[in-house]
Amino acid sequence: MRRDIFQAIADPTRRAIIALIALQAMTPNAIAENFHTTRQAVSKHLRILTECELVKQEQQGREIYYSLEIEKMKEIDKWLEQYRKIWESRFNQLDNVLAIIKKKKK
Amino acid sequence: MNKLQFDFLVDKEKKQLIVNREFNADRQLVWDCYTKSELLEQWFAPKPWYAKTKTMDFKNGGFWLYAMCGSNGEIHWGKMNYEKISPIESYEGRDIFCDENGVQNSELPSQYWQVNFKNNNENTMVNTIISYKSLEDLEAILKMGMKEGLTIALEGLDELLLKLKK
Repeated sequence: MRRDIFQAIADPTRRAIIALIALQAMTPNAIAENFHTTRQAVSKHLRILTECELVKQEQQGREIYYSLEIEKMKEIDKWLEQYRKIWESRFNQLDNVLAIIKKKKK
Repeated sequence: MNKLQFDFLVDKEKKQLIVNREFNADRQLVWDCYTKSELLEQWFAPKPWYAKTKTMDFKNGGFWLYAMCGSNGEIHWGKMNYEKISPIESYEGRDIFCDENGVQNSELPSQYWQVNFKNNNENTMVNTIISYKSLEDLEAILKMGMKEGLTIALEGLDELLLKLKK
């Protein structure tokens, strides 16, 4: 079953895992060390991420290393980021409006 | 100054867009900026687009009929139908695409907004949940934003940030 990418990245722990392995490929144990959660929970997250092709596994000796599928991240990243920028921009504009109003009140 | 909180999450399971943003102002002022058309017009449309009000009647059953205007003369009409208003606490509403008379364009998706305002010391936290009828609706809105050139020129954003820092 192919999973929804958005559901995958909606979870904050999974987003944190993505950020970790973006820097370097890691084993599940090494990843789990970064979280206050069980190794099983991390494995479940990794399984979900693998199912939607955001991460890939590579066997190196006895260990399995997880790394980020950069191209896949870039795909959703692209249009999600554009939309996020729209919101970011309007909020920055609102910051400006609020600052001006506050100044006038003084 | 501490960085203001900004979360932008897409929950495909719930078919929702969740946007949280903290503002450096008190709740009444932030509420006004979200509910008074003359203030909404100053920030709601991402530059270089700007928003223009045709009608604003902020009350249960009332609506904001507005046009989003682009730098190439594009005009997109929208209407936010207001429901469940609790002053300076929250409001809800259905946002639709329409024509200049507010007649809904049924070919385009509508979005249901729930906006909450909370104090965070001297700041205000605004939580916005936008719900869609289906994932296709959500994707359509996201892709439309890109296609219609609603993307922000990075230079414009940098310029604004520079102005804010002064």
